[in-house]
Amino acid sequence: MSTTQLDIVTPEKKVYSDQVDMVTARAAEGDIGILANHAPFISPLQVTAVKVKKDGQDFLIAITDGFMEVHDNKVTILAETAELPSEIDVDRAIAAKERAEARLAGKKQEDLDFERAQLSLQRAAVRITVGQSR
Amino acid sequence: MAENMRDIKRRISSTQNMKQITKAMKLVAAAKLRRAQEQAQASRPYTDKMREVIASVAAGAKGIQHPMLVSRPVKKTGYLVISSDRGLAGGFNANLLRSLTKTIKERHQSSEEYGIFAVGRKGRDFLKRRDYPIIAEVTGISDSPQYADIKSIAKQAVQMFAEGAFDELYLVYNEFINPVTQRPVQNCLLPLAEVETEDDAGIQALYEYEPSPEEVLEAILPRYAETLVYSALLESKASEFGARMTAMSSASDNATEMIAKYTLEYNRARQAAITQELAEIVGGANALS
Repeated sequence: MSTTQLDIVTPEKKVYSDQVDMVTARAAEGDIGILANHAPFISPLQVTAVKVKKDGQDFLIAITDGFMEVHDNKVTILAETAELPSEIDVDRAIAAKERAEARLAGKKQEDLDFERAQLSLQRAAVRITVGQSR
Repeated sequence: MAENMRDIKRRISSTQNMKQITKAMKLVAAAKLRRAQEQAQASRPYTDKMREVIASVAAGAKGIQHPMLVSRPVKKTGYLVISSDRGLAGGFNANLLRSLTKTIKERHQSSEEYGIFAVGRKGRDFLKRRDYPIIAEVTGISDSPQYADIKSIAKQAVQMFAEGAFDELYLVYNEFINPVTQRPVQNCLLPLAEVETEDDAGIQALYEYEPSPEEVLEAILPRYAETLVYSALLESKASEFGARMTAMSSASDNATEMIAKYTLEYNRARQAAITQELAEIVGGANALS
C-alpha cells in the first residue's frame, strides 16, 4: 500500500514526521480521511484528535487550533499544540475538564468566559481521549 | 603604609569576586544563546509552511481581499515592544527604547495616536515611568519561551488591528545578526506586506478549499501574524543572550585589567614598606654605635 508523508508542526518543534497510510481529521465541514495521492487540499481543523494509521496500527494525536494542507502526496498539519498519547498527562486533563465544567455551570451562554470555558472543555476532552488511547 | 596595603588587597579580592560572577554569567549566557538559536531554528518550519500556504492561497485565488492585507489611512499606530526582563546586557534595552521613543516623537503629536504592547519588564518599567500609553503587558517570560507565553498579547494586538482600533502595528525588537551584533528594528507587522512566493506561480497546485478560500485566509492570517510575533520574541531572546555574553565578556576583561593594576600597586606599596623598614633599622643601628 502506498503511503503519504505526514508532518505535524507546531511553533515550537516538529512533533511528528513519518510515512503513514492514512490520516483522519475533522476539517471545517466534517471528517475527512486522507489517503496517499490525495488532491491538494487546505482546511482549518476543529479541536479534535487526528487519527493516524501506520502499518495497520491506529494512533491518535491531540491537535488544537490546527490547519491541514495536503499537496504533492504530503500532509502538513500546522497546529498551536500537538500532543502524542505518551506526552499527555491524563490526570491533568481530567482536572482541567472538571474545572471547565464547573465554570460552564456558573455562566450564562452569552458570556465571553462561556466560550472560553467551552473551548477548554473541548481541549481537555480531546486530551483525555488521546491520553487514554495508548 | 600597612593600612594602604590592606586596602589594596581588599580591592583586589573584591574585584576577583566580581570577575568570577561576570565570567559565570558569560558562560551561562553563551549556553542559553545556543539554546535560543536552536529554538529559533526549530520554529522556522512552522513559519515557512504558513507563509507558503498563504502565498498559495493568495496566488490561487486572485482578487481576494482581506483587511489584514490592505493598508488603510493611519490614524492610530500600535507598537509591540519586546525587551528583556533582566538587565546586565549592555545597551540591549537602552538602544531599543531609545529608537522607539525617537520614532514616537517624530511620528506622533500626542499620545492619542498610538498605543504600546510591552513584553519584558525593562521595557514596561521604562515606558510606564514616562507615561506612555501601555495597553497590555507581559513579563516574566522564561528563557526558552513557549508559544503560550506570548499568545494572549499577540492575539490581542492582532485583534485590535482587525477591529480597527489600530491602522498599523509595528514590532519593535532587537534583531539578531550574530552573537556580538544586535540591532533594534521596527518591522511593520500589520497590514501584512505582500507575502512572497518562493516558487513560480506556474507550479502552484490548485487547492481544494474547505470551506472557502476567503474563510481559509480569514482563519490563517491572524495566526500567521501571531507566529511572526513569536519568532520575533525568539530572536529577541537570542539577541539578549548575545548582548549579555558580550557585555559580561568585556566586564571580565576589565576586571582582569584592574586586578593587574592593583597587584602592581600592591607590590609597589609592599616594596616601599620594606625599604622604609630597612631604612629605619639602619638608622637605629647607626644611632646606637
